[in-house]
Amino acid sequence: MSINELLPLAVIASSLLPGLLIFTLPEGNIRLRTTLNLFGALAKLGLVGALLAGVAAGEDYGFRHTVLPGVELVFKADALALLFVSLSAILWLFTTLYAIGYLENAPHRSRFFGFFSLCVTATMGIAMAGNLFTFFVFYELLTLATFPLVVHRGTPQAIRGGTIYLAYTLLGGALLLAGIVWLNQLAGHSEFVQGGILARLASVHPATLQAAFVLLIAGVGVKAAIVPLHGWLPQAMVAPAPVSALLHAVAVVKAGAFGVVRIVYEIYGIEFAQSLGVLVPLAAIAAITILWGSLRALFQNDLKKRLAYSTVSQVSYIVLGVTLFGPIGTIGGLVHLVHQGIMKITLFFCAGNYAETLGIHKISEMDGAGRRMPLTTLAFTIAALGMMGAPLTAGAVSKAWLSDGAQAAGMAWAVWVLTASSLLNAAYFLPIIYRCWFRPAPASWPHEHILPAGRRETAWLLLLPPLFTAAATLAAGIFATAEFSPLGWAQLIAEREYLNVGK
Amino acid sequence: MSSGLLYAATGCVIFALGLGGVMLLDHLLRRILAFNLMGSGAFLVLVGLAQRDGTPDPVPQAMVLTGIVVAVAATALALTLARRWHALTGRDEIGAAGKQRGPDD
Amino acid sequence: MTDTFFVPLVWLILLPLLWATLAFMRGPDRGGRLAIAGLAAQLALASVLAGDIAVHGPRNHVVGGWPEPLGIALVADGLSAVMLLLTQGVTLVLAIYARSYFKPGASPWFWPLAGFLVAGMNALFLSGDLFNLYVTLELVGLAAVGLVAAGGTAEQIAAALRYLLATLVGSGAYLFGVALLYGSYGTVSASLLGELVGNDAPLAVWLAGGLMLGGLLLKTALFPLHFWLPPAHGGAPAPVSALLSALVVKASFFLILRLWLGPFASLAPQIAWLPALLGASAILWGSWMAIKTDRLKMLVAYSTVAQIGYLFLIFPLLGSGKLALQAGVLHVVAHGLAKAAMFIAAGTLIKISGNERVLGVTGTADRLPVTVFAFALAGVSLMGLPPSGGFLAKWLLISTALAQGQVWIAGVAIGGGLLAAVYVFRVLRLAFRFSTAGDTIPPARPAAQLEWTAFALAAASIALGLFAMPVVSLLEGVAP
Repeated sequence: MSINELLPLAVIASSLLPGLLIFTLPEGNIRLRTTLNLFGALAKLGLVGALLAGVAAGEDYGFRHTVLPGVELVFKADALALLFVSLSAILWLFTTLYAIGYLENAPHRSRFFGFFSLCVTATMGIAMAGNLFTFFVFYELLTLATFPLVVHRGTPQAIRGGTIYLAYTLLGGALLLAGIVWLNQLAGHSEFVQGGILARLASVHPATLQAAFVLLIAGVGVKAAIVPLHGWLPQAMVAPAPVSALLHAVAVVKAGAFGVVRIVYEIYGIEFAQSLGVLVPLAAIAAITILWGSLRALFQNDLKKRLAYSTVSQVSYIVLGVTLFGPIGTIGGLVHLVHQGIMKITLFFCAGNYAETLGIHKISEMDGAGRRMPLTTLAFTIAALGMMGAPLTAGAVSKAWLSDGAQAAGMAWAVWVLTASSLLNAAYFLPIIYRCWFRPAPASWPHEHILPAGRRETAWLLLLPPLFTAAATLAAGIFATAEFSPLGWAQLIAEREYLNVGK
Repeated sequence: MSSGLLYAATGCVIFALGLGGVMLLDHLLRRILAFNLMGSGAFLVLVGLAQRDGTPDPVPQAMVLTGIVVAVAATALALTLARRWHALTGRDEIGAAGKQRGPDD
Repeated sequence: MTDTFFVPLVWLILLPLLWATLAFMRGPDRGGRLAIAGLAAQLALASVLAGDIAVHGPRNHVVGGWPEPLGIALVADGLSAVMLLLTQGVTLVLAIYARSYFKPGASPWFWPLAGFLVAGMNALFLSGDLFNLYVTLELVGLAAVGLVAAGGTAEQIAAALRYLLATLVGSGAYLFGVALLYGSYGTVSASLLGELVGNDAPLAVWLAGGLMLGGLLLKTALFPLHFWLPPAHGGAPAPVSALLSALVVKASFFLILRLWLGPFASLAPQIAWLPALLGASAILWGSWMAIKTDRLKMLVAYSTVAQIGYLFLIFPLLGSGKLALQAGVLHVVAHGLAKAAMFIAAGTLIKISGNERVLGVTGTADRLPVTVFAFALAGVSLMGLPPSGGFLAKWLLISTALAQGQVWIAGVAIGGGLLAAVYVFRVLRLAFRFSTAGDTIPPARPAAQLEWTAFALAAASIALGLFAMPVVSLLEGVAP
């Protein structure tokens, strides 16, 4: 087996093997568990770095395994895959650190970290999938691996949240499977190819391909929380904060959005999708989701629920970017995949900090939190500003490219949608920031678990991850034009996709 | 061949009677007897057709012998179970016991 | 010279008969180690046979050198090889489980009965003529009834009696069909009949076909002839339930496949819609009952009723190409592994918690993690979620259904997976519940064999999802 085949497998193994080992560890064996966790995360980062260097130089990394006659499990670490892979790998490291701090002395940590690692394995598989069959295998694996995390606390509410989550995601999986098998029948295979594989199916009636498109998008749309398939996301907030961070910034919603990207660009092909007329309805649904999510967020008092609805809204920026015909829109959507991940994970880390340290779950309880936890609130503020699209942040970069892309595609109404959404973002984030910094603190916090020790407002493991990711938010914004920024990578991908389109 | 056909037709009738008995009767002993009737019916068909062109055909006769052995074994098991059932419950039919349980077990 | 002695075909039947008899002679509760040794040897034999068939094609052996039609001919092709491997493998693991599971006196004659069951099944998979198949069918049925009744409680006796009467009706109908066929064609060899039965077959042959199919459907417990299965599988001890659900019902299904693809190949397509329709009903009914019942083993038994329905969805699709057959066989193997795992996992859960209800599973995820994980993995295969053998079977079924325009079959398959998810997660949701103070589960962990055998079987059904090619390539030579 050559190194080109081995490397993608090694990326999968770097979280699968430690995860399986962690399952077998007794609860008290903290040292070994932490070592395995960190070893896996760092090994993965190293391998991903090697992949990045190779792909940038034009190398091909892939692996094939015949499962059934005519059905192959295919890994293909191309530029688009690596966008998602690197985001996941980096954020996994931080979430692991955060989770170690968050779950100190909590029960069932071995089980938690075991499934945690399985989730990341599934995410890597989704990212590197080279055809719809492989994509589906890891997509459903992600559903199965996240369920124990959502119900981790074992309370009736947690079980209920997990059940709703399952109902939605399994249903989505069923639709996706139907679409994939159907497409396999029509096209003979379902490999991801730049420029799409369906354009040459002249004999197939367009209505068939449109119907298949609906099935596929509905299938991935559940995880991507597209309205009206988004109902599971606020319910899943019952999970511990590291899980919400992982689900909403890295794994589940991004997997759904990534699925939309792969389907539109590498199954249908952007030009063919345009000619089928499916892009505009999808854009409309994305727009509705953007606005609906933001509107619902306004009326939430629970902090995590507000962030959940914000996610519903923000992930559809990616979907909108995908539907904007033209490289600029594509770049906007792809770069927002990364940026939204970094910003949202910061917000969730901070929400977790407030809950763990002070027992704050509701926004109405956040008065004066800025005095008590200044660094956390600083991180929160930076990320929130990024969501609003404030200058110098990552969010501003995405917004700019998306707006330009909308103009270039002749869909100027989308610019209005984006502007409206930014205003709504401001409307539901600014009050929180105001409360934190400018309102006096109450006499006592709801439940102060962690007492301040000098300058240290909360545990280091809880504090450092959000600070890093907030810094990354700023870095992605300020150094967007650097060669190895997310923006640079998105431009590389768009270049390779549209090279085939000739635009 | 016509006597063979007669035997075969009788065999069919006996088989049908036996089948009906197993499915419709209640008393265990009667159902076991009915099963034996079914077997006999099938054997009659085999023996009835066990002549080809006037010369006896050994194959169906071998099959019937084997079948009788199997039927004896099955009957023995059935009788043992019926006796045990009677010893445990004093009843001669299984009735609703051992039927599929509904949701409200 | 070793060639005439070392014939895997014969030893696969002789060996279990030998150790079953020895186990019986040693007395009640004895024979476990003998069984495990014997099964291990049989598994090796089956592997050798499978390897041989993969390279050289189907193997024959005429027993004792006496030629047909009075002698018995044993035939092994790819399909037989797959079933043999499945049977020996699953039974071996179940034997390891059973040795730790049974308390002395709980089921004193389990080992001889299990041995006769395996001997019967092996003989069934290797027989080439219809009458011998009848004999093996009876042997399997009687051994299975014995296993169900072996516990001795009134409920089990009643279930065994119901099962016995049903199985006797089934094989009686089958025998009558064989008699009619012999009367019409003068032979009971499956291969010869395949050539003789054509579209112009007389009424007697149609009747024979109907009776044989009906009898075998009764033995395979296809809806609505499934009434005997839930009490038998749900009430028997866990290793017995596993053997029955995973293997015994598959034996009669194997026979249906053989008849469908062999002697009755020209008549079958005209009634193919009937098994498919019944199969779809089985999926709906079985899943519904599994969702509603409040006893854990009953849930798993009703799941078997539903999963058997999947097997019959393939019949309208067998006409063109190999995919439908591959789907059916993969499903048989995947379900065999997964259902055996699920039953013994349930057995362990009930044994440790002392509670037969589904609610008794509450909070077991932290007390019995390996067992719950095994149950979950088995559930993944039953739901047809990747990566698992069940998923590949579902994929093939949907592919071939869509390719042949039978969209409803694809829909039923997908819907069935969702229904299975409802009852599987019914159990898993409770398992992950945080058990409150006052739960009755003792802190002690069960014997390693109880937990890890379930895990091994469940893991195998998942591994099948990635490594199915050996099974598929064995099926290459099998008709159509």
